[in-house]
Amino acid sequence: MTTEAAPVELDKRNPRGHFVSDSLVLTKRNLLKYVRVPTLLVFSTVQPIMFVLLFVYVFGGAISIPGVSYTNFLMAGIFVQTSIFGSTQTGVSLAEDMGKGLIDRFRSLPMSRAAVLVGRTVSDAGRNLFVVTLMTIVGYIIGFRFQAGFINAIAALLLSVSFGFAFSWISAAIGLAIRDVESTQAASFVWVFPLTFASSAFVPVEGFPSWLKTFAEWNPITVAVDATRALILGGELNPDLWQSVAWVLVLLAIFVPLCVRLYKKV
Amino acid sequence: MPIIEVSGITKSFGEVRALRGVDLNIEEGTVYGLLGPNGAGKTTAVRVLATLLVPDTGTATVAGYDVVADAPALRSVIGLAGQSAAVDEILTGMENIEMVGRLYGLRPRDARQRGGAILERFDLTFAADRPVKTYSGGMRRRLDLAASLVGAPKVLFLDEPTTGLDPRSRIGLWEFIEDLVDEGTTLLLTTQYLEEADALADQIGVIDHGKVIAEGTSDELKSMVGGDVLDFQVADRHETEAAAAAVAGIGREEPRIDKANGHVALSVESPVGVITQAVRRLDAAGIKLRDLAIRRPTLDDVFLTLTGQTIGDEAEPEDVPAATGPGRGHS
Ligand SMILES: Nc1ncnc2c1ncn2[C@@H]1O[C@H](COP(=O)(O)OP(=O)(O)O)[C@@H](O)[C@H]1O
Ligand SMILES: [Mg+2]
Repeated sequence: MTTEAAPVELDKRNPRGHFVSDSLVLTKRNLLKYVRVPTLLVFSTVQPIMFVLLFVYVFGGAISIPGVSYTNFLMAGIFVQTSIFGSTQTGVSLAEDMGKGLIDRFRSLPMSRAAVLVGRTVSDAGRNLFVVTLMTIVGYIIGFRFQAGFINAIAALLLSVSFGFAFSWISAAIGLAIRDVESTQAASFVWVFPLTFASSAFVPVEGFPSWLKTFAEWNPITVAVDATRALILGGELNPDLWQSVAWVLVLLAIFVPLCVRLYKKV
Repeated sequence: MPIIEVSGITKSFGEVRALRGVDLNIEEGTVYGLLGPNGAGKTTAVRVLATLLVPDTGTATVAGYDVVADAPALRSVIGLAGQSAAVDEILTGMENIEMVGRLYGLRPRDARQRGGAILERFDLTFAADRPVKTYSGGMRRRLDLAASLVGAPKVLFLDEPTTGLDPRSRIGLWEFIEDLVDEGTTLLLTTQYLEEADALADQIGVIDHGKVIAEGTSDELKSMVGGDVLDFQVADRHETEAAAAAVAGIGREEPRIDKANGHVALSVESPVGVITQAVRRLDAAGIKLRDLAIRRPTLDDVFLTLTGQTIGDEAEPEDVPAATGPGRGHS
C-alpha cells in the first residue's frame, strides 16, 4: 500500500514571503462556503432587507427630513449597518475555526501568521460588498436613487464596506480573545447594536436628547454614515469623508497588530 | 542524535501545572508513544513541540530546530494531527488536502497531485470530491491524518489519533500509522489506550500529572511489574472483594481490583504453584471462580504499579478545572 511518496521540494519557507498567496488560499476557502451553502448568503441579506422595509414603511412615515426623501436618507445607514453587522461574523468564524482545531493546524504550518486573519477579514469584506450591492438593488425597487453619479455611488459602497472591514478586525480581536462561538456572538451584539442605533444611521441625530446627541456625534458610525450619505446625496465635499477614512486607518493601526499578537498566542 | 530532545519543559495555565518538567529523547525513525490518562499533559506537550505553545521553562529541539527560537523554520518539517479532526466541513476532502498543501508551500499543481496520491493511500479517493460533512468519524480522522502528511514531514505529531473511533476504525487507522513509520517518519503519538501504545510504539513514556514517570519499550515497562500476573474473575461480582482478601499474600503486593470489569490481578514472582494455591484458598472461602489465568503483565499493570490507579480512573479533582479553555476540545 506504500505509494512512492515523491520527495517534495518544500523550500525552507520564509513565511513572510508567502503572505499574499497564503491569504488568497484562505480567502478562497472562506468564500467557497458561500458558494456551497448559498442559504448563508440569503440569510445575510434577509436581515438588512427587513430593516429597509421596517424603516421605510413603518417608521418612515413619521420621519421627515427636509430636502430629501427618507429612502434616500436611509440607505447610507443601511449600507453601513449591513457592513458592520456583517463584520461581527469575523470573530464568530475565527472562534468556530479555533473550536474545530483548524487554527491549531494553521499555526503549526509554515505559513504567514497574518494570512489567516487577512483571509478572514478580506472574505468577510467581499461578502459585505455582495450584500451591500444587493441592498442597492432592493433600494432601487422601492425608490432609492444615488443622486451624485456613478463614481460617488461606487465610493459610497466602498466606504461602507471599508468601515465594515475595520470593524472586522475589532470582531476578530474579540473572537480570538473569547474563543467560543456563542459567547463571541453575544459579545459582538452588546457593542455593535447600541453603537449602530445611537448614530445617524436611521434618523437625524438632531432629534436625540442632548447626552445621546453628544455621544452620537462622536460615534464613528455617525461619521461613516454621514460620509456615505454625502456621497449618495451629493453636495459639497464633506469633512466626514476624511474623518471616516481616518477612522478606518486608526482602527486598523490598532487592531491589526493586536489581532496578530492574539493569534500567535491562542 | 535524537531527533526530538526535550529537557525540563514546564507549562502552567494559571493554577494548573500542566507540565512539571518533561524530559524526552526520541530517536529518528521511531514511534514514541506518550501514554497517560486524561489531563496528564499529553496535549500540552504536543502543543509545545508543534510550536503552538511557548513553554514556561526548559528547552526542546525537534529536527535540530529549537521549538521557540526556530519555530518558523521548524514548521516546514513537522506535521500535526490534533485531538479533534481539524478539517473544513464545507470543503471536499480534496480541497482540504490541497489547501494544507498550498499552505506548506506547494505549488497548486503539486498540491493537487500530492493530494490525490495521499487520498488514495488513505482509501479516500472514492470520497475525494464529497464535502467533509458527509464523512464518517473514521474518514475524518483519516483525512486529518492525510492533511498532516501533505508536507512530507520529518516528524509527525498525532494527538490521540483514535479517540472516539469504533474498534474497527481504530485498528484500520493503526495500519495506516504503521505504514508511515515504514517510510522513516518519526512519530510522536499520544494515547490513553494501552493496547494502542503496545501495538504501535517502539518506546513508551508513561505520563501522569505533567511528568514522565516511566520510560522504555513495552517489554521493559512490563518487566517493571516483575514476574507474571495472576488474573481471575469470580462468578459472583459481589464476592470480588472477599476473593481479593482471600488471595492476599500469595504475591508480592496487594491484589488489585479493576472495578470496570471485576478482574482481580496479582503480581507473582514465579508462576510455580500459584494457581493451585489460589484455587485452594478461594475454595476454602467458598468463592466460585469464573476464570483464572497466569498471564504476562500488560501496560495496565504497569500503570497501576506506577501510580496506584488504573488508567481509566478519573484525574484528581484539582486537575479538572470547571471550564477548560473553551473551544479547545480538551477531553
Ligand atoms: N488552555 C488551557 N487553559 C487552562 N488549562 C489548560 C489548558 N490546556 C490544558 N489545560 C489543563 O492542563 C492539564 C493538562 O491538559 P492536557 O495537556 O490537555 O492533558 P491531556 O491531553 O493529557 O488530556 C489539564 O488539567 C488541563 O485542564
Ligand atoms: Mg489531550
